[in-house]
Amino acid sequence: MSTRTRAGSRPATGPLLLRQVRHQNRLFLRNPFSAFFSLALPLMFLLVFGSLNSGQTLEARGGIPYVQFLTPGLLAFAVVSTCYTGLVTGVAMNRDMGILKRVRGTPLPAWIYVAARILSSVWFSVVSAVLMVGVGVVLFDVEIIWRMLPAAVGTLLLGSACFCALGMAVAALVPNGEAAPIVANFTVLPVAFISDLFFPMDTAPAWLRTLGSVFPVKHFALAMEATFNPFTTGSGWSWDHLAVLVLWGLAGLLVAVRKFRWEPNIPGGRRRRR
Amino acid sequence: MAAIQVDGLRKVYGATEAVAGISFEVVEGECFALLGPNGAGKTTTLEILEGYRDRTGGSVEVLGVDPADGGRDLRERIGIVLQSAGIDRELTVAEVVALFGGYYPHPRDPGEVIELVGLGDKRDARCRTLSGGQQRRLDLALGIVGDPDLVFLDEPTTGFDPSARRRSWELIDSLRALGKTILLTTHYMDEAQNLADRVAILAAGRIVAQGSPSSLGGRDVAEAEISFRLPDGAGLGDLPPLGPARPRLDDGRVVLRTEAPTGALHALTGWALARGGELEGLAVTRPSLEDVYLRLTGGDR
Repeated sequence: MSTRTRAGSRPATGPLLLRQVRHQNRLFLRNPFSAFFSLALPLMFLLVFGSLNSGQTLEARGGIPYVQFLTPGLLAFAVVSTCYTGLVTGVAMNRDMGILKRVRGTPLPAWIYVAARILSSVWFSVVSAVLMVGVGVVLFDVEIIWRMLPAAVGTLLLGSACFCALGMAVAALVPNGEAAPIVANFTVLPVAFISDLFFPMDTAPAWLRTLGSVFPVKHFALAMEATFNPFTTGSGWSWDHLAVLVLWGLAGLLVAVRKFRWEPNIPGGRRRRR
Repeated sequence: MAAIQVDGLRKVYGATEAVAGISFEVVEGECFALLGPNGAGKTTTLEILEGYRDRTGGSVEVLGVDPADGGRDLRERIGIVLQSAGIDRELTVAEVVALFGGYYPHPRDPGEVIELVGLGDKRDARCRTLSGGQQRRLDLALGIVGDPDLVFLDEPTTGFDPSARRRSWELIDSLRALGKTILLTTHYMDEAQNLADRVAILAAGRIVAQGSPSSLGGRDVAEAEISFRLPDGAGLGDLPPLGPARPRLDDGRVVLRTEAPTGALHALTGWALARGGELEGLAVTRPSLEDVYLRLTGGDR
């Protein structure tokens, strides 16, 4: 072994992670597609659905205004877009481009790279949530129910973590970057429509409701919506739904850790630069 | 002191043996080139040494540790320039060099590194706007920004125009002047000849020759070839005695292979002067690195 001859200390973990998160945030903001799907699209849905149904009430939810249901539902949708769809496509494409492989050859610990991507996604989920609730309050008189705010924030963060884990898992499983957006959309969109995101499923056929209950999106949506429903009693934590989210999140984490790849599948596929 | 030690390295992909038992050593501070055609096993060997691939057999040491479990300690001391690796397209050159520098314990100044690779006027350009050659120079910048002891360069100048190649060679030379150890792969003979202290020629997963560029394949002791145009009115039989060498006529030129070119030349030039003429087109050559390479890798068939 040769000895080190130069002074210099290893960069500390905290600042290194923080810098990497800021780097991911910068990339997010410079990519018009990610910003559109995470921030603009859910907001657009809120404006359109909210205006179309202004003044409507929901009998299925005890007669609350429709926007009081729609806002937290779209918030859940924004989290799924940012964390799940964003990570599946972003990680798979970056892997195809050889960005992950290059990072792997540096001393940056793998967990910091992955954690920074996840924290950045969670950060933009929160930004999206604040934006949407703000617009809801200003334009549609959405009521923030303060006694349930901790539950709302906690549910948001837990849901973000769950869908980040699932996003990393599916990113590990998709064969390449071209398949990634297709897989992401085909897993999200059909599920989104049977998950109480945009309208309640109370009058839907039983089998459709059962099917929706298998997937995590519906549990996330219902847990979010409960925290904005004035008829919810107590502090607003939906422990049963959150338990399902935790199970899905752990399953995703397990797959992600075991199957994560830093390089494209086909060795010949990495010839093309960028 | 060996920076890299490779003994009987093998790598099998399915039914193909990409690396079929190779051994070499790279001494600290030297520039070593793996030269060979595409598919010879150069990149596979390099990526095993960089820690990207596991190996089927043999032993490997990089800076005293097995790269398969080198981890962060090892990666702080090596710089890797891959054959193809992406960069976040929306970052600027300065941002990406500073980001990567921050991963290392004692990075070089990012601005200085950008100047060094000749991207000074592109510092604030987004990476997606760089030409292929400029992106390659950025690859090089990211490979050295951590001030590594050992640099891996996988085909560092493929696709460069001649002046960009020349500049990269100067840069690689300057790295060696700083005492860095360099292992590079290339399929350019002139690159190996210009940069490397020692070269190993790889063909079909085996090292078929190893040595300094000037001695490779016995170039320095191989027979020299003397050739000149046969003067008007002279025949092969008119030539003076030339020792054991047998001259032959090839399209009006006399061609002679000999291990003792000095004596043969002396006899020939004396003969020509005595006849009062010039030996038109006189040339003495030894096999070029390219000849050796083509012979050893089977590319001349």
